[in-house]
Amino acid sequence: MALPSATESRDVILEVCNLSKYYPVNQGFFSGQKALLHAVDNVSFQVNRGEVLGLVGESGCGKTTTGRLIVRLATPTSGRILIENTDVAKIKRQDMMEFRQKVQMIFQDPYESLDPRMTIFDIVAEPLNVNGIGTFEEREAQVEEMLNLVGLAPPSAFLFRFPHELSGGQRQRVAIARALVVKPSFVVADEPTSMLDVSIRTGIMKLIAQLREDLGISYLYITHDLAVARYLCDRIAVMYLGQILELGDSEDIVKRPLHPYTKALISAVPVPDPAIERPIPNIKGGVSKPINPKPRCRFYDRCPESSSSCAEAKNPELRDIGGGHLVACHLL
Amino acid sequence: MDTLLRLEDLTMHYKTKAGWVQAIDGVSFSLDRGQSLGLVGESGCGKTSIAMSIMRLLPYNAELVKGRILMDGHDLYALSDEEVRQLRWKEVAMIFQAAMNSLNPVYSVGNQIIEAIVTHEPETSEEEARDRAESLFELVGIPKERMDHYPHEYSGGMKQRAVIAMALACNPRLIIADEPTTALDVIVQDKILREIEDIRRKINMSMIYISHDVSVIAEVSDIVGVMYAGKLLELGPCCDVFKRPKNPYTYSLMRAYPSILGEKHDLATIPGEPPNLLDPPSGCRFHPRCDWATKECREVEPPWREIAEGHYLACHNPIKTQQVKSCMQQETAKGGEGIGASFGN
Repeated sequence: MALPSATESRDVILEVCNLSKYYPVNQGFFSGQKALLHAVDNVSFQVNRGEVLGLVGESGCGKTTTGRLIVRLATPTSGRILIENTDVAKIKRQDMMEFRQKVQMIFQDPYESLDPRMTIFDIVAEPLNVNGIGTFEEREAQVEEMLNLVGLAPPSAFLFRFPHELSGGQRQRVAIARALVVKPSFVVADEPTSMLDVSIRTGIMKLIAQLREDLGISYLYITHDLAVARYLCDRIAVMYLGQILELGDSEDIVKRPLHPYTKALISAVPVPDPAIERPIPNIKGGVSKPINPKPRCRFYDRCPESSSSCAEAKNPELRDIGGGHLVACHLL
Repeated sequence: MDTLLRLEDLTMHYKTKAGWVQAIDGVSFSLDRGQSLGLVGESGCGKTSIAMSIMRLLPYNAELVKGRILMDGHDLYALSDEEVRQLRWKEVAMIFQAAMNSLNPVYSVGNQIIEAIVTHEPETSEEEARDRAESLFELVGIPKERMDHYPHEYSGGMKQRAVIAMALACNPRLIIADEPTTALDVIVQDKILREIEDIRRKINMSMIYISHDVSVIAEVSDIVGVMYAGKLLELGPCCDVFKRPKNPYTYSLMRAYPSILGEKHDLATIPGEPPNLLDPPSGCRFHPRCDWATKECREVEPPWREIAEGHYLACHNPIKTQQVKSCMQQETAKGGEGIGASFGN
């Protein structure tokens, strides 16, 4: 396992330090009191150049918010995001164009992320038009090249069609082409395969892996599916109620999970083999909302192993327990 | 065992502006009392259409071209609307896809269940119905104090449980669960599937699970049916189908899922896309995407035949056991190891 660990400072493309995003929520209809929903709470991680980092967690754990903060679709409450050593929060309006060329996002639903009234050519060429890249002929060539790359060949068969004429898999390929046409160095992919059918999904997953090899793109891959994350990502970060509880090499996380939450999450994944009797996941209760959370471990209420010391102790910090495997738990 | 439900050569088409969509084509299977059947396939393959045919809830543009659905030996399509209404919920209940949205937001959840009971069993008094609703809540693991709460006060998992409680309200003999856990997180999904299975065993109920997720079907079904483009391609005991898949589609579908167990294997991609059912391919509907396809596959529709006790298949070139065995053996060996490593601690 020669993968660079987070602590070694290799060629880091994305660095997230103590990132937080709180949303005010109404406590009741008449009370003027505002509570804070800690969507992302003190999250730190790094993505190395050429790496795919998986952000895994249940719905509402803050993984999409983290992605949106990184591409500056939302502004953080506190903390820093550095992409290629540029502080994302401090980018001025006139420099945003340049930033958007470097950092792109692929969205979950290819049925909603494409404008139904634009042709495939217009959709894929739009980022080039907006950024004023190349002449019309050059743009045309680039769009065709991109469509070839994402497996929509021959491009001439797709250029002047509309999204409704394409299947879900093809649409997602168009969305990927649009994100990559400006040659970004970092891409946030927010569940790009979760809306697709199995037989199509594998193709998109392979495409994402292939484009990383060919174009040297680094990804933050957001997903709720551990099996998909294991297949695509070098490292996996497990999020729960706005915080990262465990982070490490993909195989390490899947085969030797250390945090009680990761263990429960992994044992809850159904197994495609009727002969295997899966143990009952060891976890209590249901997910709560991180509204004004207590300053102790977020997982305390559901943890099967929690002790009285966990109740009093502060929120555990992520710490390296060897080989770049980070865990936030008092019990380890 | 006695047969509860039987589909005989069911063929159903939808009339659209563009023509007839051949949504279900010649589907036959039978389900015994207390048995669970899993229907697996990609979206648009006709899984939900089968469920709706059994419930007789088809839209106006659907036409039953041929075939029969027999429930306890009675032809469902020979009954009057009123008779079907009697049958629905008392004999066959359904857990709909996106259960989150199948509750009425302006009634309390408890009231909706009581209503279901009182409507279908008019002899029951309101109090009796309330008592039964309370015990149903307990059965699916919702505290009964929550009965008077409204759907928006429930979490996704709780709504799903409430919908299951509603399906159980009139003690049906068959429940059809259409993607019952698709919108839920894995931990909640696991809990709910375990609960449904517990209840099913307890009251010896039959179940039809519909899902696109091979793993979910593998865990809950006694028999599995694999559907593609409106046709059943393979059906048999769960272990048989998963250990010795005969149809190339079944095999590819299973290999297309990434697993968290064992070593990472290369995922199978099925080239192309599912066909348009307005004009399905000739011969075997899967042939344009099949690696094993021959001239015969392109021209002749493969017959539905029994190849082993309870194992049915529609394929001209079934996969040889040898081919699969070597592949599967490697994987199970690794799979076993993976389980030890991930679940052992």
